[in-house]
Amino acid sequence: MAKGKPKLKAHHVNRDWCKGCGICVHFCPKNVLELDEAEKAFAARPDDCIACKLCEIRCPDLAIDIETE
Amino acid sequence: MAVKDYIRERFFPHMWCPGCGHGIVLNSLLRAVEQLGMSKNEIVMVSGIGCSSRIGGYVDFHTLHTLHGRALAFATGVKLSRPELNVVVPMGDGDALAIGGNHFIHACRRNIGMTAIVMNNRIYGMTGGQFSPMSGLGISASTAPYSNIDRAFDVSEMARAAGATFVARTTVYHAQQATEFIKKAFLHEGFAVVEILSQCPTHFGRRNRQGGAADMMEWFKENTVPVGSKKKLENPALIERGIFVQKEEPEYCSEYAKIVDKAMRG
Repeated sequence: MAKGKPKLKAHHVNRDWCKGCGICVHFCPKNVLELDEAEKAFAARPDDCIACKLCEIRCPDLAIDIETE
Repeated sequence: MAVKDYIRERFFPHMWCPGCGHGIVLNSLLRAVEQLGMSKNEIVMVSGIGCSSRIGGYVDFHTLHTLHGRALAFATGVKLSRPELNVVVPMGDGDALAIGGNHFIHACRRNIGMTAIVMNNRIYGMTGGQFSPMSGLGISASTAPYSNIDRAFDVSEMARAAGATFVARTTVYHAQQATEFIKKAFLHEGFAVVEILSQCPTHFGRRNRQGGAADMMEWFKENTVPVGSKKKLENPALIERGIFVQKEEPEYCSEYAKIVDKAMRG
């Protein structure tokens, strides 16, 4: 396996668990995430994601899973 | 195992409010357990009453949901009967320091091998936003509508003074640090206290005009400094984060085993 930073494969947001608190949106260093009309987090700009997983580790609802290669 | 392998998924989404810091404590705790490669069967979580104590329902360890403030007493019984298990006691600030204040200081003094996690959101959330021993001067609460005149405890100072052999403090903004401290606490032989500042946007934040969950986490970022920082000298109001105590002292269960041995030999 190649060394270096993990590469993003997919953002998985569990819409049943997400309560739309916006912590992930606020603290994303690359402004990748947004809340949709139903106030659920989604990756609006996935290409900007650096897979730092700050959203995943700060999600109070365990609703975010960042899948990396 | 992945983090989700350690939870009881059937109880999710959990009952905590949107943006509740206690969810981040749960998240950090699960990562600590995962990174240490612990088995679900070697952990016992004993909790009391309050929003914080509901954490026990969500983790797939051995769990006991006990009396308000008395979780440490139940946990002491569990630990003495099965010292090989890892006992963790999550508590709210009211649970740990008001009704459970006596149990808290004496558990520190005994140095019994367990981890107390104080999820400090400075308010009684579940019962409607009453002030707690951690609210502090000038804070607005449902029982202090004209602002609170009770001074707050410093949990970490208190734990140190009472004799805890591992004492650390961080916040849910610093979730990775929380995971690191919980890991160190789990591995510590003796009574470990990890205080984690957590936000209650519903009661504390709203009543004190602190904004939403993310704004409250920004407050943790702006108002805390690593222990020993020069900034603390310039501004004493800043809250220190870090490991305050980490030392070796005789552990209670080991000492008790020696007494049993001595008595049996007559």
